Amino acid sequence: MTVDAQTAPSLATPKLRLDALSHEFRSRNAAPVLAISNISLEVKRGSFVSLIGQSGCGKSTLFNILAGLLTPSSGRVVLDGADITGRAGLVSYMLQKDLLLPWRTVLDNVIYGLEIQGMDRREARDVAEPLMDRYGLGKFKKHYPSSLSGGMRQRAALLRTLLCNNDVILLDEPFAALDAQTRFRMQEWLLTLWRDFDRTVLFVTHDVDEAVFLSDEICVLSPRPGRIADRFDVPLARPRNREVVTSPEFVSIKQRCLNLLFATEAPSAREGAAA
Amino acid sequence: MTEDIAPTKRQTRSLHPLPVGGLKRRSGVVITNEKPWPRAAIWGLQVAIFLAAVAGWEAGAQNGLIDPFFWSSPSRIATAFVIVFNEGTVLYDTWFTFSATVAGFVLGSLLGAVVGLSLWWSINAAAVVRPYIVVFNAVPKIALGPLIILIFGIGIASKIALAIAFTSVITALAAYAGVLAVDDDLVKLTLSLGGRRRDVFFKVVLPSCLPWIASSLHINIGMALAGAIAGEFISSQYGLGKIIMYAGATYDMALIWVGIIILALLATGLYAIVSWGEHKLMKGQVAKTI
Repeated sequence: MTVDAQTAPSLATPKLRLDALSHEFRSRNAAPVLAISNISLEVKRGSFVSLIGQSGCGKSTLFNILAGLLTPSSGRVVLDGADITGRAGLVSYMLQKDLLLPWRTVLDNVIYGLEIQGMDRREARDVAEPLMDRYGLGKFKKHYPSSLSGGMRQRAALLRTLLCNNDVILLDEPFAALDAQTRFRMQEWLLTLWRDFDRTVLFVTHDVDEAVFLSDEICVLSPRPGRIADRFDVPLARPRNREVVTSPEFVSIKQRCLNLLFATEAPSAREGAAA
Repeated sequence: MTEDIAPTKRQTRSLHPLPVGGLKRRSGVVITNEKPWPRAAIWGLQVAIFLAAVAGWEAGAQNGLIDPFFWSSPSRIATAFVIVFNEGTVLYDTWFTFSATVAGFVLGSLLGAVVGLSLWWSINAAAVVRPYIVVFNAVPKIALGPLIILIFGIGIASKIALAIAFTSVITALAAYAGVLAVDDDLVKLTLSLGGRRRDVFFKVVLPSCLPWIASSLHINIGMALAGAIAGEFISSQYGLGKIIMYAGATYDMALIWVGIIILALLATGLYAIVSWGEHKLMKGQVAKTI
């Protein structure tokens, strides 16, 4: 990546900085709900950071804020040193559902982000086609999404997210709906893409194994209101393969996550409230 | 001791949620499926039913079982057909009704789609406009007939206007139902990619409403025809509706049937074209109806 020396943010500045983010939902006939409270986080350029936490820890709220879809009650989102709070389109966001447009072919779905960002459709196709070939979607270019399996649909959605010209991508439980084998293949595939595209990833998951396997760093969120209970690095060497999940280091990191998750569990089960 | 081991009948019953003893032992159900007939058999039967009906009608009229003065008869209808085609204006009448229907259908559906889709742009505007649409939908449009004839005259314009009145609300309501059913997450996705409201409208709302709009079209083609015919009934110089009305006034039952038969053929043809067009509009999506 060659950037002009003047505009290049120094390597010391984090790619993305969350600065004391809090958000309170107010509605007319209910007490205000504090969804997240005072979340601060610095994400290094090119790193893979996972957020884990039980439902109700405000992950969706946090991602909506980062994606600029929601303006926080207080705090700032800083990208490359610039305040982007409440501005959409600068950070890519992939939701749990694949959200492919059913009336577009897979190829035209993959270029959707580029098209929204103003690229000519034909030009965007030229960019996307070789990537689809390379990342296992070549056969499905002309198919409509309804004829694809869940895994293939998620691949298309992920490729669409990566193709946007944004350095930071937010992935909100992208593999939650997939079966275990498919999920594992998708995790490896994601790591390949992450390396190839040199993106900074924020990844939300319920799955501790997934978080440990994928991440450089893990943040454990505690619920109601969501705040960062702890964060730590994952010192496993890359590239990682499946064997790593049975290594003692992996298991001890996993143990640490589980301890934190269960330690922060509210004694009264208030499941099912606003996530 | 024995009492402990063998529970009383009452206790047994309380252990079982269902009164097992009271049910007959069932032998299971054999599921029978009707086997589809060959296509030729279906067609053959359809033709046979038609021919039998026509032949029965003709025979009944011949030997006095059916009064041909009121019911006419296939032979009289055939004669009337020949006369009408040779001497009458029936081709022009058919063309008149056809063009009024098509124009009303296209304009009405377009107007309805524009109105329904435009409600997406502002939830407040939608809230203001909704009762008007509901009321206009509830009013029997035929009641507007005399008014429309007085305003637009007895020419084709009034028939088109009535067809628009018959069709536009249906598409407007379908399009609005489509607007309400747009997946919020698709909107969110588009916005998170940096899209503006215009992008959301043209790339998400419009395509996802198309199946809804399309599903209103095959209702609309019948409605447009009804609107055009209603206009012709009230006052017109041309049209199949005018033929039927005139024939009724002169007790020419055979001519009424001629009008109905041409109308049926016209309606079927238009319906087939619209169904084909609907299919094209769906493109990867599933049909949606209100």
